[in-house]
Amino acid sequence: MSATLFAVQTLNGLQLGILLFLIAAGLTLVFGVMDFINLAHGVQYMLGAYLAVAGYGITGTFWGALLIALVGALVVGLLLEVLIFRHLYDRDHLDQVLATFGVILFLNEAVKVVWGAAPLTLPMPDLLSGSVEIMDGLLYPVYRIGLIVTGLAVAVLLYVLVSKTRAGMLVRAGATNAPMVSALGVDIRRLFMLVFGFGTMLAGFAGILAAPILVVEPGMGDNLLILAFVVIVIGGIGSIRGAFLAALIVGLVDTLGRGFATDIAKLLLSPSAANDVGPAIASMLIYILMAGVLFFRPTGLFPVRGG
Amino acid sequence: MTEPILVLDDLCKAYGALKVTNHVSLDVRPGEIHAVIGPNGAGKTTLIGQISGALAPDSGRIRFDGRDVTALPMHARARAGLLRSFQITEILPAFTARENVALALQAREGHSFRFWRNVSRDAALNARADAGLAELGLETRADVRAGTLSHGEKRALELAIAMACGPKLLLLDEPMAGTGREETDRLVEVLRALKGRYAMLLVEHDMSAVFALADRISVLVYGEIVATGTPEEIRDNAKVREAYLGEEAVA
Amino acid sequence: MHFTPARLSRELLGALVVFTLFAGLPVLADLMGDTFIVFFTIRVMVFAIAAVSLSLILGYGAMVSFGHAAYLGVGAYSVAILAEHGIWDVTVSLPVTLAVCGLFALVTGAISLKTRGVYFIMITLAFGQMAYYTATSLSAYGGDDGLTMWGRTEILGSTALGDRTVFYYVVLGCLLACYLIARMVVASRFGRVLQGAKQSEMRLRAIGIDPYAYRLVAYVIAGMMAGLAGALLANAAEFVSPAYMSWHRSGELIVMVVLGGLGSLLGAIVGAASFLVLEEVLSHFTQHWRLIFGPFLVLVVLFGRGGLISLLPGGRKND
Repeated sequence: MSATLFAVQTLNGLQLGILLFLIAAGLTLVFGVMDFINLAHGVQYMLGAYLAVAGYGITGTFWGALLIALVGALVVGLLLEVLIFRHLYDRDHLDQVLATFGVILFLNEAVKVVWGAAPLTLPMPDLLSGSVEIMDGLLYPVYRIGLIVTGLAVAVLLYVLVSKTRAGMLVRAGATNAPMVSALGVDIRRLFMLVFGFGTMLAGFAGILAAPILVVEPGMGDNLLILAFVVIVIGGIGSIRGAFLAALIVGLVDTLGRGFATDIAKLLLSPSAANDVGPAIASMLIYILMAGVLFFRPTGLFPVRGG
Repeated sequence: MTEPILVLDDLCKAYGALKVTNHVSLDVRPGEIHAVIGPNGAGKTTLIGQISGALAPDSGRIRFDGRDVTALPMHARARAGLLRSFQITEILPAFTARENVALALQAREGHSFRFWRNVSRDAALNARADAGLAELGLETRADVRAGTLSHGEKRALELAIAMACGPKLLLLDEPMAGTGREETDRLVEVLRALKGRYAMLLVEHDMSAVFALADRISVLVYGEIVATGTPEEIRDNAKVREAYLGEEAVA
Repeated sequence: MHFTPARLSRELLGALVVFTLFAGLPVLADLMGDTFIVFFTIRVMVFAIAAVSLSLILGYGAMVSFGHAAYLGVGAYSVAILAEHGIWDVTVSLPVTLAVCGLFALVTGAISLKTRGVYFIMITLAFGQMAYYTATSLSAYGGDDGLTMWGRTEILGSTALGDRTVFYYVVLGCLLACYLIARMVVASRFGRVLQGAKQSEMRLRAIGIDPYAYRLVAYVIAGMMAGLAGALLANAAEFVSPAYMSWHRSGELIVMVVLGGLGSLLGAIVGAASFLVLEEVLSHFTQHWRLIFGPFLVLVVLFGRGGLISLLPGGRKND
């Protein structure tokens, strides 16, 4: 394994981590504040990507697509909140799981009906196409670097929002003790909608960012949703800081594991056995990581709620 | 003097800067009713939590029946004979009253990894559960789902469950809480009848009940025991009057 | 959730009806000359076993496992991988399948059950995905494409299971056995602890019971039962694939249990049958049947309570 390959894989891992963070941030906030488990969060990511493709069809530019998709993702998210989700906040987790599972089935299928089952692509913005040499002999696409930088900027913005603003303070308080916040006379319903809309938009944003580098297809959000679950479970439900760290860890472990597990296995096993075992181990790595974290800290690395 | 069944030795617990249990030491002798009283926020609930094993103290020891149980989890303390009741009724609402007591008996009989026999047809178990219910006047309510019992009946069922576990000490967390005058009187009679059979640590708000039942009373104020003594001594204690009874009189 | 005599006999009557229907179906199908319905009902019964096993932990132990399909997959793969290596006989493949599923349940359950509520849901989901991705990366056993079994499990050298009718009744026998075992477990001392822990964990601790080990044992029993369903599924299709353990499948198993009625083992069977029939019927109308089923599910959650079993005469649950 050369240093260049390692550098590329690390950057790819960061990139996955950033996407995961954008999805997990909304998920963890929604869960932390509303005690609501939203399986449909992954389809918001998918919708973001599809709406971006549609937006590109209308405007012909990436930036137009970005704007349309962001607004579209927000509208769909709020619509779902008003129509379905707000009736589930008082229900038990099982009901929430079932109803949001129903939403997934519907939206995955609806996307197929509207845009077809075949994968679609979204062209990169001209401004960010091309590559730069970031190390001797290592060309890396500008867009991917842009994605990482954007994600970090969003993380900083989120940190400031949550830790420095009044709304953020309420969100944090709500994550620790929701009844108390509503007892203080805060309109908890409006706070919920705000958090929900914001989380939805972040997931949609992740989908838009991913669209030019990954294929846009039905069900694309499902796998990322589960990775996002792993992230917030490791990070501690309700914790933005935990989500950020865990997202980077999961992104890096998963990417580097897939990149190098077979090579590492070859140190111990015969090449043919390593070729069989390597990928299997690589795909299990993050789950083993999660199991390990939970075994020692059943409420994640940065637990928010006491007990 | 007989060896105490329960000894709290210098228990401390703090939440941040707030000392909710501050160097608390007290003991309960076999057959005795030792009551702990104190105004709201005195730290009674936290103290109960530490004795029952739901909370861990920051420092200090708890000895029960001759051994150190400080590190034991709640279920292990219950098995040793330290049984608690709950302030907010904690019964199994979907089970009948009989099933609630039978489960407690089952716990006392050892592990429940028994898969073959239908437990609802276990005549011996049911008979003993019914006897336990009868002792608290619940014999006609055996087949009623516990969730639909009246408040007073639920309080009595709490006691029946604890007694079915074969307690050496009953840790009673405000057993009169939320009951009406008549029900309180009835529960006082029930506890009086049980006096001597089990040692009891009674944490209670109802003063008349405490003074009617207790052999000794400890007064907890801001996490500290300010006085321990017989009901007469406590009634005459100036410090107690000021800190606690005075407040009652004003209210 | 307790068995009063009245409910017991009602459940008994329902079970009698359901199992009589299952038993008579091949005869009926023969008369009508319809073989599809026999294959379809085999599928129904296999998923009914999986649903009964999930109902045991979900309905009676409040363990919302979102990775239960993993056991279907692990069971199916155990049988298929053994067959790939030339081991076909039930005397080997059944114990191996049950042991592998039991062990998988023991290890993942031991970790998952340390957590509560939503953490438990997510962890079981993650372990399910782990099994799924592991299967897709087993290139020696077909990877993504799955693995074809060239035949069915043998019974002491006999290939009797190759006969459709014999296989049908073996599956029915397995379903009956699983249903009876699950009922026995629920009604036992063990079952009472499990149901008590569902209502109040604190109360159980206070009377001296630590529910952890009881939950774990229930989880292992359920895992082995679902593993059996997986082994039957592999035999029914003579094919296994990672898709058996996708998380959608786990979600569908939960839907079956809830659709039939939480806290009723018979409900799980009825729920599995209804789900598969609904899927079959809807997909006749449109290939996009999920477009209808998704909103249906949302409506069931928002407005329907108690599941199908509560629609039976006098069968309404009141807890």
